[in-house]
Amino acid sequence: MPNRLSIVVVEQDRERALLIVDSLRASGDHEISVIAERTGLARLISEKNPDVVLVDVTSPSRDMLEELTLASSPLDRPVAMFVDRSDDNLTRAAIEAGVSAYVVDGLAPGRIKPVLDAAITRFYMFHAMRAELAATKRALEERKIIDRAKGMLMKARGLDEDAAYALLRKAAMDQGKKMVDVAEALVTAAGLLS
Amino acid sequence: MSQTPLTLGYIPLVDAAPLIIARELGFAEREGLALTLRAAPSWSTLRDLVALGQIEAAQMLAPIPVATALGLGGLPSRLDALCVLSVGGNTVGVSNELAAAIRAAGHDFDFTDATAAGKALIAAAGERLRIGVPFPFSMHAELLYYWLGALGLEAPQALDVHTVPPPLMAEALASGDIDAFCVGAPWGSIAVENGSGELLLPTSAIWAFAPEKVLAVRHDWAESEPDLAIRLIRCMWRATRWLADRSNFVTASEILSRPEYLNLPAELLERSLTGQLTISPRGEQRRVEDFLYFHEGAATFPWRSQAGWIASRLAARMGLDRASARRAAKNVFRSDLYRAALAGRAVDLPGASEKLEGALEQATEVPAQNGTLILHRDRFFDGQIFDPGTD
Repeated sequence: MPNRLSIVVVEQDRERALLIVDSLRASGDHEISVIAERTGLARLISEKNPDVVLVDVTSPSRDMLEELTLASSPLDRPVAMFVDRSDDNLTRAAIEAGVSAYVVDGLAPGRIKPVLDAAITRFYMFHAMRAELAATKRALEERKIIDRAKGMLMKARGLDEDAAYALLRKAAMDQGKKMVDVAEALVTAAGLLS
Repeated sequence: MSQTPLTLGYIPLVDAAPLIIARELGFAEREGLALTLRAAPSWSTLRDLVALGQIEAAQMLAPIPVATALGLGGLPSRLDALCVLSVGGNTVGVSNELAAAIRAAGHDFDFTDATAAGKALIAAAGERLRIGVPFPFSMHAELLYYWLGALGLEAPQALDVHTVPPPLMAEALASGDIDAFCVGAPWGSIAVENGSGELLLPTSAIWAFAPEKVLAVRHDWAESEPDLAIRLIRCMWRATRWLADRSNFVTASEILSRPEYLNLPAELLERSLTGQLTISPRGEQRRVEDFLYFHEGAATFPWRSQAGWIASRLAARMGLDRASARRAAKNVFRSDLYRAALAGRAVDLPGASEKLEGALEQATEVPAQNGTLILHRDRFFDGQIFDPGTD
């Protein structure tokens, strides 16, 4: 079918790649392939000769795709970043969501927009998930450190848990520091002394 | 004075130092600027963030604003270079196999003679030489084409320069995707440190005064916020002056090495600042005078002739008209704003904004606005001179 768009998704994480492919499928009947390799990326893509390439903006591999914007032979299809060069809002939305798209020059904007919209929605979800995961991880780590510091105080000063916690909090307030920083300093110092 | 918040993007490299130092040591604060620094994962993303107005300014490979002015790569936009942030700092490295072949043929890795090193590399490479660079529009790429082209290696027939992000360079070497690389500090040293290659030549041996990174902003922003642009130039000028002092190298390395910046051992970073490089996994040392420098010899001045050289080279290899490319590029390097930023201070500015590139065999005193100024040597390895008016 000549009217199908061929789309390449550059994504190393298999699970993420599958989610992206699902979203894109829902936006229309496209021919979608995923490239996970990091080396020789530009070569692999030009072999596939796609209409659209989607890549995570946080991936350092993105710079490899810049080569595609330079048609190195008359047979190459020039690739532009984004289809409608005047549509800054779509571009901005994509970059904010964390996806960038390389699109073959001359493709009708109407054909690309649903693809980009789907990609943007999906990447926003990744973005939110990633931020949430990082926050949870940090909170857990901080709690672990505070617990260790608390335990040390309880043992060394013969305090109960609440008193140890109050002491830590007071030290943090007096020094204008975060509680986790005070706790970490204590844990490190204790590690050096023991 | 109330502080104006500005967000600056950078790539975690040694030559991001002017931005980091401007923030950490209060040079920005002195100009009333509260800088937020944001590390970017790639040059294309950094360029787009500036072009779309998500951040105000960024450290950028000197050819990117020029390429953008010529309509090459990325979104259509206009970027201006406010000042040069660093000169040199890149190294050409080769795979261990290629290094062995080059040594077997009698080259001694003297690290100064670009002609000898280039000939040895070409002879050892066989039919086709594949070299990785960080970005298609970079001094790395331009200097490689210039150097190997002058020695008779034709691109694209015998020379294949393609983009490999520096963190993936070792992997690309190991998998045989590339035979050699040209990268900025500290990536050359990292390749040596983890045993994936040896360093053959610093790019300063190809062109002694190659503008490496610039501070780039959107043209519209520079036009609507000239006062902020000027303050940015001044704080970069002060930060680079601090960086030029050898006694500050240890402190600079320590600050750059912090987890929020480069997150690498300070000792490794200091090698690039001092130009004392370890070139092989066996620990061989080479000392390079002015390997990477930030300030002296009007290094931060955005010479329009530098933009002209880059445009001329880009146009030649992309099949564009050279004269019109040069005209378009000249206005990208904002020597006018630079002059406005430093006029009336105890700083001497060059009398002209263009010069012959490659004419100075050694540091030379030239007429300046208030007396004389010492310019850095700027020779090309093959003695060519670029005349921005006619070439």
